[in-house]
Amino acid sequence: MNDLLASGFLAPGWGWYVAIMTVVSLLACLWILRANSTKKEHSAEAQLHGQNEWDGLREYDNPLPKWWSNLFYLTVIFAFGYLLLYPGLIVTNGLLGWSTASRYRAEVNEVKAETDPIFDAYAKQDVKTVSVDNGALKIGGRLFQTYCVQCHGTDMRGSKGFPNLVDNDWLYGGTPEAIETTILEGRNGVMPAFTAALKPEQITDAAQYVLSLSGRSTVAAAVGRGEGTFKQTCAACHGPDGKGNVALGAPNLTDNIWLYGGSLATIVETVTKGRQGHMPAQKDILGEARVHLLAAYVYAQSQEQAQSQLQSNRKP
Amino acid sequence: MKITHDTIERKTGLLIALVIFVVSIGGLVEIVPLFFQKNLIEPVAGLKPYDPLRLVGRDIYVREGCYNCHSQMIRPFRAETERYGPYSVAGEFVYDRPFQWGSKRTGPDLARVGGRYSDDWHRLHLDNPRAVVPDSNMPRYDFLDRPITGPSVNRRMKVLKTLGHPYSDEEIANAESVIKDKTELDALIAYLQGLGIQIKASKGQS
Repeated sequence: MNDLLASGFLAPGWGWYVAIMTVVSLLACLWILRANSTKKEHSAEAQLHGQNEWDGLREYDNPLPKWWSNLFYLTVIFAFGYLLLYPGLIVTNGLLGWSTASRYRAEVNEVKAETDPIFDAYAKQDVKTVSVDNGALKIGGRLFQTYCVQCHGTDMRGSKGFPNLVDNDWLYGGTPEAIETTILEGRNGVMPAFTAALKPEQITDAAQYVLSLSGRSTVAAAVGRGEGTFKQTCAACHGPDGKGNVALGAPNLTDNIWLYGGSLATIVETVTKGRQGHMPAQKDILGEARVHLLAAYVYAQSQEQAQSQLQSNRKP
Repeated sequence: MKITHDTIERKTGLLIALVIFVVSIGGLVEIVPLFFQKNLIEPVAGLKPYDPLRLVGRDIYVREGCYNCHSQMIRPFRAETERYGPYSVAGEFVYDRPFQWGSKRTGPDLARVGGRYSDDWHRLHLDNPRAVVPDSNMPRYDFLDRPITGPSVNRRMKVLKTLGHPYSDEEIANAESVIKDKTELDALIAYLQGLGIQIKASKGQS
């Protein structure tokens, strides 16, 4: 990119316009200053002014005090020095070659020189290896707390519509690779609205059948009626046994873990109106090196949770 | 007549004229050239004038005073670009009248909030920010789930067209049908989701 400001104008003359106006103004300042400093005290004109009198106040036309005019000269000298070093005249970039963009690049590169080797070293290892590295987990934790908590929560347990990341129930798979793909590319949930395709009674019956999959249905007759609808309509994504499909992001309906709520009313609402969960892709926002560490962190946390669940289940 | 210090001081009309002349030099040098500087007046690649829904959303953003707590101006400092994304450039704001840079960040900067969160997230967050960010002190905007009112969007677009926004006659004619059945909430979210998406971190900043 060409940082020279003068090349950025619609007509090249604007650079010279600014440069000439600036220099002429500075010289005019010098001239006025000099003209006012060299007047002799009690000159003829000063005497004349001395006779100007308003209500007993007399005006004199004495020269400026030396300390003041000398300070003014210094500021003009400073101005020329500044215009020499910095791009104030537009037609030149100044001797220092300074620009806001170049200062920003320097600031970023200074930190990159320090952090790039760290990220590069982790990028060469696979996510699973990184997920047991304490240093990596510290960085991943910080990244999570900055960029992910707005939806998934500081405790990683999500909320209605935003998946819990530590319950080991995965919409799109919980392998290290699947987690990394999810963060990099984002995910789009595609539960269609069945309000046109199914009658309200059919939806309620199918919802009763879904409840029965996690052993919570109360109306046996409705379950029987709903089974047919489920096998015909819902099984395409959620599978004939309702265990879901990670390739499509269709949730497992048998584990009593619910993204939008598992009450009859909420399930009916989900089937009627559909759900379009959207995980934004982070590739363009965070970059692959950071996503690699984030994936390792999320995977590590889910594994830790699985371990502690296993242990608490073993205890009598 | 010879103009001396004495005559200037005694004739106030002349004094005023000369003062205006001297003061205007600053503006002629520092302001006027900006109107002819390409990176200030040309839109960045991919930037389009606001479509009807986003235009309405933008007016709601202004009406609710979002700019009082949210800036839309990422400064060229590493600490800011790390958190919000590439720093803002003038060409991103050529269709903003007036721009929403703001000067206070009680909440985060929104210059690149587009695509950061899902529509559902914005819906929940505007309804009650505490639902997704427990320690947020942002007020609730739960009343926005209501039909769009105010001057017709066609008229707003016609005025912007006279100011140089390249709307086609067809876009203006269809504007009302685009925002039909939409709520103020829909419009505001559409506006937010389009903020700052032309410049991506992955492409690097020149």
